[in-house]
Amino acid sequence: MARGNLFGMGPGTFEEMQRLQDEINRLFSSSSTGVRQAQSGGFPAVNAYAGEHGVVLTAELPGVRADDLDISAFRDTVTMRGTRRPPEDAKGYHRRERRQGDFIRTITLPFAVDPNRVEAQMVNGVLYVTLQRPPEDQPRRIKVAAG
Amino acid sequence: MTDQQRDKTTNPEGAEGVGAAQERTERTRSRRVHAPATDIYETDQGLILLVDLPGVVPDAINVTLEQNVLTIRAHTEDRPPPGYSLVHQEYLPGDFERAFTLSDEIDAERIEARMTDGVLRLFLPKVGPAATRRIQVRSA
Repeated sequence: MARGNLFGMGPGTFEEMQRLQDEINRLFSSSSTGVRQAQSGGFPAVNAYAGEHGVVLTAELPGVRADDLDISAFRDTVTMRGTRRPPEDAKGYHRRERRQGDFIRTITLPFAVDPNRVEAQMVNGVLYVTLQRPPEDQPRRIKVAAG
Repeated sequence: MTDQQRDKTTNPEGAEGVGAAQERTERTRSRRVHAPATDIYETDQGLILLVDLPGVVPDAINVTLEQNVLTIRAHTEDRPPPGYSLVHQEYLPGDFERAFTLSDEIDAERIEARMTDGVLRLFLPKVGPAATRRIQVRSA
């Protein structure tokens, strides 16, 4: 599921919407403890924003240092890999809800991205990955000539 | 977890009437409110709370302690990158709120809070051994 096409454009649109709906339902139903859990598609949960020239992926990764994060892009696939370190001074836990350790998430986009123009930034525990479509792959505007 | 550290968010009808009523009445924004994932652990000096508050700037956090109820509130500004629109959503950004009832051994005066990479770290120092005080009994 982690490798699903993000936007579901084309033939799979309806299935994609259904899947998204299922995930949202699960997201809500998981709140019986009041703690939200990122169960959809893997960890971290990802939101995607589309623009004219590319896409921005965001993921909540509080406590992950920028140095412990590795983002790579190949053709239409983006991989986020990293680790969240456990605290060093912990003696005994009363409560342990925060996920720790290694994570990896691979996301397939509906278009190839320019691997030379991937930007990643951590802002207050939220990761922003900006991906651009290669210039030759961008949709071209076709002028309709009046006949 | 001791009884004193019972979390009211999993216990909304709990006995902590004051705090619970406050939570119900202070909701003025119509945003989604999440209970943030929290670790609580012991160190030699006291308790540490690690609270995940992604997307929260330090100024937007409000930590209060009233009658042993530690309340953490934080709000986020959910701004899509300019020129982009949301097409796929797996998590719902929102505000954060959670309350914990502390045991008496916490020295409320020396609580420290620090925010790093979207994680709030609260240090709750234990009160040192109470100095025994001799009470002189005077004869009338």
